[in-house]
Amino acid sequence: MDAIILQILNGLDKGSAYALIALGLTLIFGTLGVVNFAHGALFMIGAFCAVTLNKILTLSHTVIDPTKTDFLGNPAKIQVPYVYDIFGESAGASIIDWSVPLAIFFAIPVMIAIGFIMERGLIKHFYKRPHADQILVTFGLAIVLQEVIKYYYGANPIPTPAPAAFKGSFDFGAMLGFDPNVIIYPYWRLVYFCFAALIIGAVFAFLQFTTFGMVVRAGMADRETVGLLGIDIDKRFTIMFGLAAAVAGLAGVMYGPINAPNYHMGMDFLVLSFVVVVVGGMGSLPGAVAAGFLLGILESFASMREVIAFIPGINQVIIYLVAIIILLTRPRGLMGRKGVMED
Amino acid sequence: MFGLNKQDTTLLIVVAILALFAPFILNPFPEGSAMAQFNAGYPDLMQRFVIFGIFAIGFNILFGLTGYLSFGHAAFLGVGSYAAIWMMKLLTMNVIPAIIISVIVAGLISFLVGWISLRRSGIYFSILTLAFAMMMYQLAYSDLFGQLFGGVLTGGETGLQPKVSDPRILDAALAEGATPKAHLFGLEMGASHKMNVGAWSFTFNAGYYIAAAAMLAAFYLSIRIFRSPFGMMLRSVKSNQHRLNYTGLNPKPYTLAAFVISGMYAGLAGGLLVAMDTQVGAERMFWTASGEVVIMTILGGAGTLIGPVLGSGLLKYMENILSKINKSVLESWFSFMPDGLSDFFIAITNLFVGKQWHITTGVIFMLVIIFVPGGLVELGKRIGARFSRKKEPNNTDGSAKAEPAE
Repeated sequence: MDAIILQILNGLDKGSAYALIALGLTLIFGTLGVVNFAHGALFMIGAFCAVTLNKILTLSHTVIDPTKTDFLGNPAKIQVPYVYDIFGESAGASIIDWSVPLAIFFAIPVMIAIGFIMERGLIKHFYKRPHADQILVTFGLAIVLQEVIKYYYGANPIPTPAPAAFKGSFDFGAMLGFDPNVIIYPYWRLVYFCFAALIIGAVFAFLQFTTFGMVVRAGMADRETVGLLGIDIDKRFTIMFGLAAAVAGLAGVMYGPINAPNYHMGMDFLVLSFVVVVVGGMGSLPGAVAAGFLLGILESFASMREVIAFIPGINQVIIYLVAIIILLTRPRGLMGRKGVMED
Repeated sequence: MFGLNKQDTTLLIVVAILALFAPFILNPFPEGSAMAQFNAGYPDLMQRFVIFGIFAIGFNILFGLTGYLSFGHAAFLGVGSYAAIWMMKLLTMNVIPAIIISVIVAGLISFLVGWISLRRSGIYFSILTLAFAMMMYQLAYSDLFGQLFGGVLTGGETGLQPKVSDPRILDAALAEGATPKAHLFGLEMGASHKMNVGAWSFTFNAGYYIAAAAMLAAFYLSIRIFRSPFGMMLRSVKSNQHRLNYTGLNPKPYTLAAFVISGMYAGLAGGLLVAMDTQVGAERMFWTASGEVVIMTILGGAGTLIGPVLGSGLLKYMENILSKINKSVLESWFSFMPDGLSDFFIAITNLFVGKQWHITTGVIFMLVIIFVPGGLVELGKRIGARFSRKKEPNNTDGSAKAEPAE
């Protein structure tokens, strides 16, 4: 029992990332009908927003500290971040410590801007083109974005630590009445899961309970009729693209402390997220979220020691295997709508 | 000739001549000159030109004719490579059995994958092939089957290479410390002849010519497929599969045949890669490698005969040449400018060369998709049409003016 709970918990954080990226992919697909291969790159750019903010905050200048001396007896030179000068030393230190959560506020405008530019500058021209062309042009864009990030930030992963308050783990098993030290779960992963759940909830609430969301849903169901009613649906869909980019970016920002951001993390997640979208059912938002968590948890179950001893290497192929089986037995995915991408 | 019409024969002969004289054509700059680094006439690169040409020609038979976009073809290339290396470990270092077995094994695997994947079309087909390829990559990378049966099948992370201790049952035992070299009835793949003409130096490599011969055979076969009733059938799948169904035809056998043929082409390319460089690792099966063949085909022109060959040549040339241009080369190029200006230009161009050559290919690929979806071939046609159109209106104007005078 405790082993099962542990695996479910382990699957949740990866599942959250899959679900968030898949949610954005499905939003773009459902509204604009575009298959966006550059979505993984948006996730990666989000993660690098956190890296950038951290770099900006730690920009520092050299001051001479008269109270300390180095080994030659001269006054020691120390690096003082500008943030210390502005907010004072203790507040400045905690701002730097909290740079990852703060990056959320930095990433939202950046990602929405990138989403707008992408949609207006490139993807707009591809609505009437075949899906193969959309896949190819966004694939090319993903390569370019990835390599530009690699050029500026280097090929090595850049550690972005979580705030000190969330470092370490807590004994989840003891809270539920199991033996202590059986289910240990890092705080930040729990934060990530809650954050993901919050965003997913917010997106669904936005679509469900606002007039704007209602119009977008109507547009997803029948774009032409909404247009005939005199609503500028293209403009709203562009906003949805920006929103989807922001969702992917936020997923990336908060993922930094779990896995240090590197330039190819987007491509790594992209393939799996596509599998998630297809398993969930192309065009179905709940399907994408459910499949994201499901596959994340499945992957973590497959990497249990007992399972690997039974079938070695299964943890690496399980997602693809499940995707192939689902696509062949339930061609529309778990919750796919009829008539989406069927020609 | 060879059952081809005049135009196709000319095309085949042009390609054959280009392949035959590639060591000259690709080495236009004299040895030791500043431009010598843009020479592409060294054996390793020429071999890759033709081998990836084969890969792209095969991919084009599937994507160009039927429109099915596979994102997993590198897996078949990898499977072919592994099959070839096992032949070299177990049977003989002669490349013929290795290449034959690589084609057969790749054909079998692609039959299996195609049979399942072709039940769906569009984006689902792309994702299915991608999933299969990533699965095969992971299996090769972790050597799952080797672990299951307590042996080695793919060698995992380190890959495979022929060793002196391998039981090559057809070959005489090698001396201790000798390296097993791939050969064709005694002619080693690495054997080259150097010819010096003035300041120029040309290299003729045995392996390159064998690969080029295979490429020509593959190219000839693809022309025949393009012009056959079978090729017509594949085109009809691309233009309207529903209508094909209504006429009572089942397109599945045709698309499956195209899938298997392109898989066998990939296997041949994989076998040749091993023949030229006797080692194999799982990274050549990664999905970005599949993406690369897609880029090659589109860059040259999907659905055209010569397009994939051009595309693979261009991509491999850019990969090798652009990655060689580093900052010091750029500094020497822009040294004639004033300091500030040259720094600016170096900073801009540096983004596109050296280690960042992927950016250039990505940008070019995007430009091609956006503006000339038909690739280089369409670009050539458009430029040609522009020139001939400019002439034609002049002629008609002239004749129109002449008429009233009569």
